[in-house]
Amino acid sequence: MAELIDALAVALKAGLGFQAAFFALLAIGLNIQFGYTGLLNFGQIAFAMLGGYGIAISVSQWGLPFWVGVVIGIAAAVVLALLLGIPTLRLRADYLAIATIAAAEGLRLTFRSVSATPITAGTRGLSGFSDPFVELAPWDTAQRYSILGTRWSGADLWVTFVGWVLVALACLLVWLLVRSPWGRVVKSIREDEDAVRALGKNVYVYKMQALVLGGVLGALGGMVYALGTASATPDQYQNANTFLAYAALILGGAARVLGPVIGAMILYFIIQFADTGLRTLISNGIIPENVLSATDVAQIRFVLIGLGLILLLIFRPQGIFGDRREVMLDAR
Amino acid sequence: MLVGLFVAGLTALVPGAAHAAEDAGERIFGTLQTSVSGPIEGISVEVAEMSGAEVDTVETDEQGRWSVDLPGPGQYTVTVDAGDLPEGVTLNGEPSRTVTVDEGRQQGVIIGLNDGSRNSGGGSIRWVELLVSGLRFGLLIAMAAIGLSLIFGTTGLVNFAHGELVTIGAIAAWFINVGAGVPLIPAAILAMVVGAGIGALNEVALWRPLRRRGTGLVAALVISIGLSLLLRYLYQVFYGGRSNAFADYRGQRSVDYGAFSMTNKDLTSMVVALVVLVLVALMLQRTTMGKAMRAVSDNRDLAASSGIDVNRVILVVWMVGGALAALGGVLLGLSDEVQWDMGFRLLLLMFAGVTLGGLGTAYGALIGSIVVGVFVQMSTLVIPNDMKYVGGLLLLIVILIVRPQGILGSRARIG
Repeated sequence: MAELIDALAVALKAGLGFQAAFFALLAIGLNIQFGYTGLLNFGQIAFAMLGGYGIAISVSQWGLPFWVGVVIGIAAAVVLALLLGIPTLRLRADYLAIATIAAAEGLRLTFRSVSATPITAGTRGLSGFSDPFVELAPWDTAQRYSILGTRWSGADLWVTFVGWVLVALACLLVWLLVRSPWGRVVKSIREDEDAVRALGKNVYVYKMQALVLGGVLGALGGMVYALGTASATPDQYQNANTFLAYAALILGGAARVLGPVIGAMILYFIIQFADTGLRTLISNGIIPENVLSATDVAQIRFVLIGLGLILLLIFRPQGIFGDRREVMLDAR
Repeated sequence: MLVGLFVAGLTALVPGAAHAAEDAGERIFGTLQTSVSGPIEGISVEVAEMSGAEVDTVETDEQGRWSVDLPGPGQYTVTVDAGDLPEGVTLNGEPSRTVTVDEGRQQGVIIGLNDGSRNSGGGSIRWVELLVSGLRFGLLIAMAAIGLSLIFGTTGLVNFAHGELVTIGAIAAWFINVGAGVPLIPAAILAMVVGAGIGALNEVALWRPLRRRGTGLVAALVISIGLSLLLRYLYQVFYGGRSNAFADYRGQRSVDYGAFSMTNKDLTSMVVALVVLVLVALMLQRTTMGKAMRAVSDNRDLAASSGIDVNRVILVVWMVGGALAALGGVLLGLSDEVQWDMGFRLLLLMFAGVTLGGLGTAYGALIGSIVVGVFVQMSTLVIPNDMKYVGGLLLLIVILIVRPQGILGSRARIG
């Protein structure tokens, strides 16, 4: 019983931690692209990687100030969105999906390749770039703090705080945008692209704006993640993370302002609870080692996410808060 | 070619090395051979502790193998007596290497040897060599991708879980071959049956009911992503994160064909792929079922109203696609070893091939995949080897800019 409560506490902390904020930012970006505009970006993690590495490379390799790193990360994400959008946004939805997933995998392979080692440090990755950020904290980062029975280090608390502030600002932005004329246009693009074109709107430009905006939010998420883990390695930015963000978005409810945020918190809570719970059951011998070993638990989360995505889309595509009529699932 | 390989981690599978795995002591081992000279016998290998104290000196046996039992974990230097090497064979680097051996580990040591076949005037030419291996790779991609393209053509589904059909073929063949001891050729045929079964299961248990519910394109896409994640990580749990070779046909030496050299297994897999692809083309062209597949691909409603049982055609497409993907996985496992995510890595190249050829066309998938395979291999002439897949993915994005409908695709499909 005590172990169950421990597992719950660990999971609760994870649901409020910087990883959840990271996924929330990715999912808010996807919400603009997929939920409101109907674009299938399957390479969101690439934007996060550019954001994280933007800071990491600028600060620890080039010795630039922290804020310049932030600007470089955002600029890189904008460039990637433009490069991907220009060829694919005129085509059908699945072409963008294929191009973005290919770009994400290609970028990760490039960052971890031997020839990129002088800049990205290859598979070992970069670290030691988060100090200028941690110094900005208004409280003593060397101390440990206790909040609601969970223990946080000062630096963790700062990253988490900044992460959730960014999430709040992003939500505010999305809320304002979807109530604006811009929001009405992108939502009609999702519903019927040809009708919008007939009204004289430049569909291509609106789609591009949504892609860039979502990508920049993804980059901010990647920055939070890199600062939280205080390191940037290419394999942190595995492709499967994009689909974790999709799962968060669909779980919470696409085309809802708070959907992706609630989705990310619940998703991370479930993942961490399953993780800790399974590990406890294995170490107690309730699940025998030969059925499932402790090293396999990390893979189980992706199995659960895969299964969750399938079941959600079949039985409740609108998620917890969504409106079924608003979820773009049967467009071309 | 430069070789000198000997691989750690396969101890338990290598006949003859298996006996050493029984005692738990630390050991280092290796093999000296090159593709031209074959195994090199009678070379003395000295193993010393870091202090310089000699542990043992052994000679390689007739298979070129050597192994030394160690007093305990720690760092050791391995030195090869370069003077004893046969004519034409030189060391690639230093004659000695430092190895760290963990507790209880049987550590393999790789000593690079050069038999002169790489830089000599005669023998293989690098670009021809790459062209041939690119053709082989392209044929493998094509075999896996035809199913992807036909499934898209007949159902409109972009199946992101298609790579997992490739992996299941390789893994099934590995379990049948290594686990049950069945020779690889029957194991490959059984793996194709497994692949066809999984394909059929996909259609009957998941996609047909979803089509009946009227699930849209995008929802189906995300469901296939979920399926891909689910299967891929299940494979990792059950099969493990290691990469393993099949029990048969390992350590073949490449045969010199003048401008290029190739192992017999690679040549065989090329021939197998070619024969299978020709058979598939004949089936599409000549048989009633093949014609029905093309008809459904072209216009589903028209096909249905002219009396074709569309659901049955789609089921056959899934089975054929699954079997071909599984065979592709076996052949890929033969050349690159079996790994839990091999199919997913191939998937993006399959998409590149299918997009280049034209989504939904069977012959387009064939041509496009071969171009992608050759492009990926030949690109290592200019870019480093570990970035060759990046070249393929860049090609995909360039195709989308220049000719999104692909070589054989029709403009109408791209929306």
